[in-house]
Amino acid sequence: MSQSTDEITRTVREGKDFERNLEALSGQAWCVGDGVSTDLIAPGRYFDLRSNLDTLAEHTLEDATLETTDARFMEVMTPGDFVVGGRNFGQGSSREHAPAIMERVGVSAVIAESTARIFYRNAVNVGLPIITCDTSQIEEGNELHVDLLDGVLVNRTTGDELVIDPLPSVMMQILRDSGLKAHVQTHGALELD
Amino acid sequence: MGQTMTEQLVSEHADGDVSSGETTTVDVDKALLQDGTGPLTVRQLRELDLERCAIPEGTVVFLDHQAPPMNEAMANEHALLRDFATTVDCQLSEIGDGVCHQIMTYDYTAPGDILVGADSHTVTGGALGALATGMGSTDVGIALALGETWLRVPDADYFRVTGEFSEGVYAKDLILRIIGDRGADGETYRAMEFGGPIVEGMRIDERMTIANMVVEAGAKCGIFPSDERTREFLEKRGRGGDWRPLAPDEGADYDNRFEYDVSNLEPQVAYPHQVDNVVPVSDDRVRGVEIHQAFLGSCTNARYEDLCIAADLIEANGYDLHPRVRLIVNPVSREVYQEAMYDGLIDVFNKAGAAINTAGCGICYGGHQGSLADGENAIGANNRNFKGRFGNPDANVYLGSPATVAASAITGEITDPREVISA
Repeated sequence: MSQSTDEITRTVREGKDFERNLEALSGQAWCVGDGVSTDLIAPGRYFDLRSNLDTLAEHTLEDATLETTDARFMEVMTPGDFVVGGRNFGQGSSREHAPAIMERVGVSAVIAESTARIFYRNAVNVGLPIITCDTSQIEEGNELHVDLLDGVLVNRTTGDELVIDPLPSVMMQILRDSGLKAHVQTHGALELD
Repeated sequence: MGQTMTEQLVSEHADGDVSSGETTTVDVDKALLQDGTGPLTVRQLRELDLERCAIPEGTVVFLDHQAPPMNEAMANEHALLRDFATTVDCQLSEIGDGVCHQIMTYDYTAPGDILVGADSHTVTGGALGALATGMGSTDVGIALALGETWLRVPDADYFRVTGEFSEGVYAKDLILRIIGDRGADGETYRAMEFGGPIVEGMRIDERMTIANMVVEAGAKCGIFPSDERTREFLEKRGRGGDWRPLAPDEGADYDNRFEYDVSNLEPQVAYPHQVDNVVPVSDDRVRGVEIHQAFLGSCTNARYEDLCIAADLIEANGYDLHPRVRLIVNPVSREVYQEAMYDGLIDVFNKAGAAINTAGCGICYGGHQGSLADGENAIGANNRNFKGRFGNPDANVYLGSPATVAASAITGEITDPREVISA
């Protein structure tokens, strides 16, 4: 079922209030396939909306193709849901707006086979958990549960349990502080071992 | 054991020698922001009460992606960036001056530098023997404010290039071929280092074209040696004092070594919607594809030498472009625009009916100056063909060299430039 523009605006508002519990992330999977570029997540034609992340967020993943529906991601997602990709998620431009708007609309985490370098770092910096593991068995609509600290992903629909590649300790420290800005606010400098 | 160029550069900026795989904090020499990513940097630094710059001589704010701005929202972003540059006393590059990577490489980056930029094509700086890499707005903000950042020393692969380019085949065709072979994620988290006889003979503009696109294979950076070519280039730019040599140590520990003989290389084209969809121009997937728009612009291939190649082909064909094709030209910088004017290249494009835009990024990222209509095909000399680039997710973008772009604009379909040269 698709949401209207007003409902999308409401989703963004709810997403902003969404709080991630890194030990217990739960939601539905939306599958977007291999090679999702930052252009598909935050299209260049909305360049001038970058000054207002709430407005840009209404277009999150607008050009990505979902596995089971022609609807746009923002028409169907609920804060707490997961975005599940294949290989090389987040390839392309360095725009931090791409993970930032996913974080803003309340995506619990991005789960992908592999991720592009800049995107990975940006996601952690904006406080969006990013998980790499075998995503081939996850289908759209599956209910997922993740404990990031224990490194376990449970697919509650299929009963599968997946081991998650651990985040580098530097990145886990940043994520625990809810992103790089918050990290620097807390410590006054880069405090990374 | 010897060090790769990457390990040498990171070690020089860290506390002592480091090897690939280690995570370390490094001093940063140069930083760049642009008008798409910079405003977020400024807002983050203001919220952190950290609006300052540790490296003001080497930090440049570029107004190039939306130049001139399309509306009041972008005009306000530009105002924010001008205000930031004044406040922290760093360098500002105004609308019309040109694309960040061109100006950064020509006027600021020096061999041996660590450069971080809030733009993925910051890797272009590797052409001069710098470790140049793209990061997000917050990372670059903190790097320029504190003068340091953290990074993981990447594993390095070595690309040795031999042979001789045949007529109509260029550095762009080589890097497209490499990306096609390695894949869009084949070099993720890695450094690509280049060497061999062909590289030794390459001009800096050609090295920039190659370094610019290493990110399309996922690489963190692409590094060329700093050699006599680099010295000559810097001397010509009035920056002879910035030169220093850089080369891999004897016995440097590369993960993989690849050998490319360019003698039999054909012009290459990337077809939609992935940069690693690379085939020779003779392949049925690209040859003869009807073209509506041709784009000669971007940090990849809109330098003086690139414009010359395209203008020569257009002039030799009587300034006659296919009536269906709109040719859009964005010289990469004001300086290049000026040279192109003096030498009659702009005349050629104008006579041929091209739309000549302000020096800047143009339509490459899809925000302004030439969006495609539904179902249209374009060929560009730029670096990305993802869905939605050129402003429309229902259109198709192909990538090739400036020669292939010009040849295709002349015939109206994707064409081997060698057919137009010999026509």
